[in-house]
Amino acid sequence: MSITGRIHSLESFGAVDGPGVRFVVFFQGCPLRCLFCHNPDSWDTNGGMLMEADRLAENILSYKNYLSGGVTFSGGEPLLQSVFCEALMDQLQENGMHIAIDTSGAIPPENVKNILDKADLLLLDIKSIDPTMCKTITRMDNHNALKTLQYREKIGKPVWIRHVILPDYTLDYPMLEQMAEKLQKFSCIEKIELLPFHKMGEYKWEALKEPYQLEKIEPPSKEDMEKIKEIFRKHHFEVS
Amino acid sequence: MDFNTEKALKDINVRDFIVENYTPYDGDDSFLVEPTERTTKLWDELSELLKEERSRGGVYDIDEKTISTIASHEAGYIDKDLEQIVGLQTNEPLKRAIMPFGGIRMVKTSLEAYNKTMDKDVANVFKYRKTHNDGVFDAYTDEMKKARHTGIITGLPDAYGRGRIIGDYRRIALYGVDYLIEQKQQEKKDLVMDIMDSPTIRLREETSEQIKALNELKEMAAKYGFDISKPAKNTKEAIQWLYFGYLGAVKEQNGAAMSIGRISTFLDIYAEQDLKDGTFTESEIQELVDHFVMKLRIVRFLRTPAYDELFSGDPTWITESIGGMCLDGRHMVTKMSYRFLHTLVNLGPAPEPNMTILWSPRLPENFKKFCAKISIQTSSIQYENDDLMMEKFGDDYGIACCVSAMRIGKQMQFFGARANLAKALLYAINGGKDERYGDQVGPELAPITSEYLDYEEVMRKFDSVCDWLANLYINTLNIIHYMHDKYCYERLQMALHDKDILRTSACGVAGLSVIVDSLSAIKYAKVKPIRNEAGLAVDFEIEGDYPKFGNNDDRVDIIAEEVIRGFMKKLRKVRTYRDSIPTLSVLTITSNVVYGKKTGSTPDGRKAGEPFAPGANPMHGRDENGCIASMKSVAKIPYDYSEDGISYTFSIVPGALGKADDEKTANLVQLMDGYFMDEGHHINVNVLNREVLLDAMDHPEKYPQLTIRVSGYAVNFIKLTREQQMDVINRTFHTRF
Repeated sequence: MSITGRIHSLESFGAVDGPGVRFVVFFQGCPLRCLFCHNPDSWDTNGGMLMEADRLAENILSYKNYLSGGVTFSGGEPLLQSVFCEALMDQLQENGMHIAIDTSGAIPPENVKNILDKADLLLLDIKSIDPTMCKTITRMDNHNALKTLQYREKIGKPVWIRHVILPDYTLDYPMLEQMAEKLQKFSCIEKIELLPFHKMGEYKWEALKEPYQLEKIEPPSKEDMEKIKEIFRKHHFEVS
Repeated sequence: MDFNTEKALKDINVRDFIVENYTPYDGDDSFLVEPTERTTKLWDELSELLKEERSRGGVYDIDEKTISTIASHEAGYIDKDLEQIVGLQTNEPLKRAIMPFGGIRMVKTSLEAYNKTMDKDVANVFKYRKTHNDGVFDAYTDEMKKARHTGIITGLPDAYGRGRIIGDYRRIALYGVDYLIEQKQQEKKDLVMDIMDSPTIRLREETSEQIKALNELKEMAAKYGFDISKPAKNTKEAIQWLYFGYLGAVKEQNGAAMSIGRISTFLDIYAEQDLKDGTFTESEIQELVDHFVMKLRIVRFLRTPAYDELFSGDPTWITESIGGMCLDGRHMVTKMSYRFLHTLVNLGPAPEPNMTILWSPRLPENFKKFCAKISIQTSSIQYENDDLMMEKFGDDYGIACCVSAMRIGKQMQFFGARANLAKALLYAINGGKDERYGDQVGPELAPITSEYLDYEEVMRKFDSVCDWLANLYINTLNIIHYMHDKYCYERLQMALHDKDILRTSACGVAGLSVIVDSLSAIKYAKVKPIRNEAGLAVDFEIEGDYPKFGNNDDRVDIIAEEVIRGFMKKLRKVRTYRDSIPTLSVLTITSNVVYGKKTGSTPDGRKAGEPFAPGANPMHGRDENGCIASMKSVAKIPYDYSEDGISYTFSIVPGALGKADDEKTANLVQLMDGYFMDEGHHINVNVLNREVLLDAMDHPEKYPQLTIRVSGYAVNFIKLTREQQMDVINRTFHTRF
């Protein structure tokens, strides 16, 4: 009997979640409640569809010709289903697939050590470098995320940092300076991806009857985005 | 010129000439040059005329007095001092000619639509001279007329030129017209058989007509001051000679699709020689190509508004096939392949000529990236699987229309539009009665009366309806093409073919994803027909979910394979005109909208009148696992059973293709390598934001050159009907990012 997990959806062509063309598996269930979440329908740990790791891996491998990059586990929070996640990862890696895990780092790293050891790339969403702000945005602070980063640094495996720029919250220049400075110490960080806040998921909040608090917030301007990128470039990061 | 022509001159053999003389190019696009001053000026003048054409409701002017033939009109120019390649269909750019041999009625309706009247002298000619259209309707059976009326078979070329024939226009440049005439005269001499039966008599008459057409072509070129009796001596002459051949064809035939063939690598041989000798510079060669392409962009036919509804955007399908592999293992990309694509940059995007890349994962990486880059910039390119086609057609085939491969100069097809399979399924459910008209059109089967549709029962009846349909379809085509050969023979195009050619009867199906999803719904969910007073199922209720085509789900994808295989096998059983070989395409052009309009609600949940998906595409919005899953489903449709082509249109917003420009290019290359390795046959690539299209609907004047790919060809978006614009916008856009 194969291990089963809950899946939100599958995207056979992902070009923006890690390098190259990637198959993206969106896991169901998330411990965070980020204000800007564009997939709130992936929160419920009892939602989604049940899938067997074997069959899913087989399905993904049929796409091999296309996947110049590999496979990305996203969500939801993939590390919340660690047993399923690891089983799926093992089968894909055995077949030569590069695995990237897109995580908020909310799960204590000691609980998912195997996965953190084996993942080829970690896309780590630092919601805010400031623990209080992090809590405001996600309902949890960032200490597990930072511990996760430290662990990847220790084992010497690559991380891409993702950070959403949300006006009134994370669009805060001193805080961004501070973040760049703190992150500079980590040699495992290959890249910083700055994601401008967008409202494409707003309709999903309505559908779920969840109160959306960011109605009045507009996406950051191009100029702001450029300035912020410059901050990280100044600290010798590759930024996109 | 210093070419190796030993083999080519033994016979007429353009392919060997190319293979022995061409220079593959592995470099990048850095050698390409900007348009010359002359080019920019000429294009500006032409753009003004195109603007004027749009402001006059799409037709600039019509010469209603002269019946168009190869040499019917005096020389015409856009701007004689600037043009490096000359020749127009009439004496003025964009002025449309009348070509009544396909059907005088079509000319009359078109003239009326644009507030012109039929010329008395022209009308008088057709009191005595019969047209293709007259012939067809003299022979049609009642059953055929009915099927045509309800639209279970539609788009038939029974009132206009059938097109889809590619003359080997390169022969004119390589051999000169006199040599071609000599060859045809010899063929005719040899054509004396023991028994003078009708096929021999017909061929003798046709060969005589071909010779006359070649003489007329010389006459036409002479009006522009050129003697094309001898071979072309340099790039300029080669392009000019070749273009005269093409021009003769579009003066003689208002064909539905008038492909130009596979000319760029052929022309590169001349260009390489001229660059070496110092005859021309790179800039001069690009100028010749730019001017030539401008001419192709203004080929015009007079057509009725009803025709435009079916094939929207004034298409001519001047398909040029670029790239591909050579049988000896080299690739066939040359600098000229780049120069042709570069016209999309020098002159801006445009639907014509219909640039078609014959893709193989083995093509040079530089070229693949260049194509992807131009696709992202212009959405004007389509791609087809060279590995798949080379196996069947060798390395000198071209694409007729959108997806139909044929050996150039050695093969032609009898274009057959398509059968509406979604409607056929409704006939199976309704006992052969049409769901909209209530008439008995198909065989009088017992209608299905159960509360829920039973898969086995539906399949049994569908099979019987398809037997009837395949038979009727081929027989209808037989009449059409018999009459076309008789009354509207392509004299010049066929003069640029060998004597003995392979003919295909190119059938097609529309509504594949509708029928596949319908059958899947019947099989995996519960489908309850809603019947009207007459007992006809006019709507359906679906209980439960079912797997849908476009998600790489074998449970349903296998139904698509079975439907295609099954219908093709039935077509093969029917005897065809001129021993042609039946083939099948899964292609709708823009007619998916009209077919949808003519078809009642279907068991997949599609409501009456709603458009089908174009070509082999999954239904809008039902492909839920991203574009590769969708491509994989389409790639499962067996090419061996749909050799006339399987069209797939892919639209993606730029942001979903990747972040940086080089990533976007690399990812698009990867998608195509993957799709073609999976044996996908064809793909149209659109990289566009939906907002741009919405804005273009409201402000067409801002987007004169906005080009998008719809099944198998490119159109100027602002020339589509509003209904078709909405259809394009409602299609699946891959947006996840």
